[in-house]
Amino acid sequence: MGNDVLFETLLRLADNHLILGHRLSEWCGHAPMLEEDLAMPNIALDLIGQSRALYAYAAEIENQGRSEDDLAFLRLEKDYHNILMVERPNGDFGHTMLRQFLFSSFMVLFWERAQNSTDKVLSGIAGKAFKESQYHVRHTAEWIIRLGDGTEESHKRMTAATAALAPYIGELFEADAVDQSAISAGIIPRASDLRGAWETQVRSVYAEATLEPILDHQAQTGGRIGQHTEDMGFLLAQLQYVQRTYPNMTW
Amino acid sequence: MYSQGLIGADSSSEETPEFLAEFQKRIDREEKIEPNDPMPSGYRKTLVRQIGQHAHSEIVGMLPEGNWITRAPTLRRKIALLAKVQDEGGHGLYLYSAAETLGVSRKQMTEELLSGKAKYSSIFNYPTPTWADMGAIGWLVDGAAIMNQIPLCRCSYGPYARAMVRVCKEESFHQRQGYEIMISLAHGSPEQKEMAQDALNRWWWPSIMMFGPHDSDSTNSDQSMAWKIKRFSNDELRQKFIDATIPQAEYLGLTVPDPDLKWNPEKNDGKGGYDFGAIDWDEFWTVVKGGGKMNVDRITARQKAWDDGEWVRDAALAHAKKQTAKKASATLAAE
Ligand SMILES: [Fe+2]
Ligand SMILES: [Fe+2]
Ligand SMILES: [Fe+2]
Repeated sequence: MGNDVLFETLLRLADNHLILGHRLSEWCGHAPMLEEDLAMPNIALDLIGQSRALYAYAAEIENQGRSEDDLAFLRLEKDYHNILMVERPNGDFGHTMLRQFLFSSFMVLFWERAQNSTDKVLSGIAGKAFKESQYHVRHTAEWIIRLGDGTEESHKRMTAATAALAPYIGELFEADAVDQSAISAGIIPRASDLRGAWETQVRSVYAEATLEPILDHQAQTGGRIGQHTEDMGFLLAQLQYVQRTYPNMTW
Repeated sequence: MYSQGLIGADSSSEETPEFLAEFQKRIDREEKIEPNDPMPSGYRKTLVRQIGQHAHSEIVGMLPEGNWITRAPTLRRKIALLAKVQDEGGHGLYLYSAAETLGVSRKQMTEELLSGKAKYSSIFNYPTPTWADMGAIGWLVDGAAIMNQIPLCRCSYGPYARAMVRVCKEESFHQRQGYEIMISLAHGSPEQKEMAQDALNRWWWPSIMMFGPHDSDSTNSDQSMAWKIKRFSNDELRQKFIDATIPQAEYLGLTVPDPDLKWNPEKNDGKGGYDFGAIDWDEFWTVVKGGGKMNVDRITARQKAWDDGEWVRDAALAHAKKQTAKKASATLAAE
């Protein structure tokens, strides 16, 4: 396995976390209650912090003089390799919580196993991220239950969020040739191996929330190779605004 | 962030002169007043108003900086800014809790903010058009907040004083973080330096105004000082802030937008201090009364968050009630 597989693996992980953290940070100051104005930034800070560690390491592995910020801010849309779920617009609070729950429930399992990665730096990042994502699952699961069970309106909204996010679940468990190489080298766990445990967790929370899960929907994919939804460009327009407007400066 | 000098408090009390004199003695002995202690109604009203204004300022204050979270230029800056804005929300939470000890609910205070009945610091009605505003706000606005709030750590009302101790530690961190952004801009490219100067030009006078009207025009100050809610006058705090901040501007190589600014060795009892130019109080009152560039947008944003969040709050309440009912029937069945 060459360094390019490790680099690409790190980049995909980093992009997932940066883009989702960015989306979550859009809520800051606009949450349904003050407690969530603290909780959502907490999760966003963890995610962006994880992305930072991953970009820094990716930059080191690439060894082409690019920095963590060059990677995070100065690529073309097609060169961001995050899954589509994380770039989807926030929608209402229920949609945001459900997206986070589905993602974090996967990442808990992923990070747990990635602690045994043959790559020592990645296993270190996984150790911290595992603990953080346990909290993300706890916090979001509580909301899924409250909102699914709460009122007629909240139940209706959660049902709509379930349907809206269903097409983006499949991509979590995909593996292309790059992933296969990384899996074979013991760098990351095989995502499809995590599916059973993920479904058990998700189903139990949905059941408590009195929601009907949709877990086998035809998957939208392409994020891994830079084929994004239309929202991605606008997200990047904000993310990259300062770096693109004032190139080559120190901030 | 912080509330400016209190605007429009009614500190009148209906209690007997004996009661008021007894209360004043406790204040003079530097005893802390706690939620269940007897207190003059004017003292309670003043505190509710001031703590409420302060809490609202923290919450509305999340918006101008929140405006840059998705556009922060580096990962480090993005994380720091997000954490800072989150801290301000935390300050709002401590302060609402402190106000609740005086018998007002958070919901009630929020509704007063949205209806315009309750004020918040008018500094947050200025816009943040550039990244340098994140530097200038931390440096100047959080800096002015610290000047105002450090004496509040000794406020006679216990819960407010204790909330301020926690808040002040974080505010000074915000101030350093803002100043550090200013350093990197002021020592950066010509465009960055220009951006920094422009931000200083726009934030200087509003920051100076954060201390509120001159002592000679400040109607509620005397009673608040006697009750030791307030420890220094608006003008004293303003002078302290200016004296501390000018050397920082000089270090940045930026020009404070006040042609009348001059070192005066006679000031502060011969320790020296800065003379400064006339403050445009018409602008101040225009912004306080709703005429600032962002007044409408700020309240609209808060209103939208409140309205959009209603179904969430309702659902949380409904779920909690169902859980309580379930537990009750389970207990009943077990008996
Ligand atoms: Fe602050
Ligand atoms: Fe604050
Ligand atoms: Fe404050």
